[in-house]
Amino acid sequence: MPSIDQFRSVPVVETIGGDRTMVLNMGPQHPSTHGVLRLLLEIDGETIVRIRPDIGFLHTGIEKTCEAKFYQQVIPMTDRIDYLCPMTNNLAYVLAVEKLLGLEIPPRAMWIRLMLNELSRINSHLVWLGTHAMDIGAMTVFLYCFREREEILKMFEMVSGQRMMTSYFRVGGVSMDLPLGFLDYIKNFAAYFPDRIEQYSDLLTNNPIWMGRTKGVALITKEDALQLMLSGPTARGSGIDWDLRRDMPYAGYDKLDFKVPVETAGDVFARYTVRMGELRESISMVKQAIANLPDGPFKADAPKIVLPDREKMKTQMESLIHHFKIVTEGFTVPEGEVYQGVESPRGEMGYYVVSDGTAKPYRVHMRSPSFANLNALGVMCEHNLLADVVAAIGSIDIILGDVDR
Amino acid sequence: MALQPAITDLELLKDRPAVACLLSGLPGAVQSAKFDRDELTIWIDSIHLIDSLNVLRTASFNVLADLTAVDWFPSEPRFEVVYSMLSYERHERIRIKVKVSGADPYIESVTGLWAGASPFEREVFDLFGIRFQGHPDLRRILLPDDWEGHPLRKDYPVEGYR
Repeated sequence: MPSIDQFRSVPVVETIGGDRTMVLNMGPQHPSTHGVLRLLLEIDGETIVRIRPDIGFLHTGIEKTCEAKFYQQVIPMTDRIDYLCPMTNNLAYVLAVEKLLGLEIPPRAMWIRLMLNELSRINSHLVWLGTHAMDIGAMTVFLYCFREREEILKMFEMVSGQRMMTSYFRVGGVSMDLPLGFLDYIKNFAAYFPDRIEQYSDLLTNNPIWMGRTKGVALITKEDALQLMLSGPTARGSGIDWDLRRDMPYAGYDKLDFKVPVETAGDVFARYTVRMGELRESISMVKQAIANLPDGPFKADAPKIVLPDREKMKTQMESLIHHFKIVTEGFTVPEGEVYQGVESPRGEMGYYVVSDGTAKPYRVHMRSPSFANLNALGVMCEHNLLADVVAAIGSIDIILGDVDR
Repeated sequence: MALQPAITDLELLKDRPAVACLLSGLPGAVQSAKFDRDELTIWIDSIHLIDSLNVLRTASFNVLADLTAVDWFPSEPRFEVVYSMLSYERHERIRIKVKVSGADPYIESVTGLWAGASPFEREVFDLFGIRFQGHPDLRRILLPDDWEGHPLRKDYPVEGYR
């Protein structure tokens, strides 16, 4: 095998088209790249010959940092990976640790998690829809989407005290119970939101400009999607009928009744249709979760793992000791390894957690959906027009925090 | 949901579909297996890696969900490369692990089977320094080209070299 030095300083700009083509740099500060993504576009006139993404601008070494933290301290790190659906990342991580511990959570915590996880999906899809439409030139949708997103962020603030980096889920449940008046607020939202989805749809679905910019653009076949390890709406737009929530239920999704929208066209419009369908399903899941939400404890009865109530900690000696121990020493997790995959708004978000029996994880690996899905950009855009690259990026809904970690 | 003890006896696991197809299709490839917390892990001899993944791919485990590595410094063989495979048909996951020595860490690339493995292998190369033989474009992916060292190795300090 050659030595590692051989892989250094490979020339970044080299063309395959000879004199006919030129290399155009897009990003890392381009507004439609949804973060700091740099694309090297090799173009022949206005036609794309090859695309090479250059990533890593947002790499902060989260996986390494996790190894130096207690299990409970990793939760805030997971928010920052995919900042549009922090709850989904929280969920994947706490599920993985609960699986390592063999810990069961009370039903109320489970339903709260389901409800907020689906709200995160709506939140993420609204940002996707607004920015995607704006990239293609439909300005109005953005304002409507962000009006509803604002309501969701308010709800996140009500439960967790934070609008975006919620860190609300805990190993063994959630950090605190739902506040007074929250259920009325979310019921009101769930009542009017389905109409709003139709409003967005009216603005776009039959709009001739929208159809012209999305139909038949950035095609990807089912075979290519499998080869490229795509997941989520990007794969479902190409006819792969797979959704982890339905096919490998976790966190109580088997108790919900929902359909999985699948399209076979494999173009930008198909992915748009899938995500619009998911918005409708998600709000129905939120309603089911509200209807099923039971009373009871919101965190597991495991004093050595779950922090005690504030009141108990101040009045009972034993709780004070447990609190002190968990905060200063963390809790130990039996040796082993688990992989927990969840369906994030972008695809399969997987947490691979290895424990060596101490209070800090030996290894935390995040299999992020955007990292795999970004791969498809090259295949999607080949022989398409330069202007359609923006539509393709929007349609795979990448989050650069998720790509770079 | 109390924890069940892990099953590590290959005899008890030989009826699991993934283990069974590997044992019959490629005798000698399976080193050991473990069933723990509802997840099946199979250790494969590194020279049989591509053949084993191919056998599994035809036996319905057609999706490579994830590819990563773990550093067990200072024990030897130092690295484990981890392949998470998923079966759309069986709704089942398995984990394939291959041990890689620390002195000269390299392993066959699986980009021939799944083109999408390319960035995952580049990431493992970047952060662990494991080289993938046959990878079409093995360069650093997250870190700058002139970065010294491989941060996810256990002998690399968390705060970096100052």
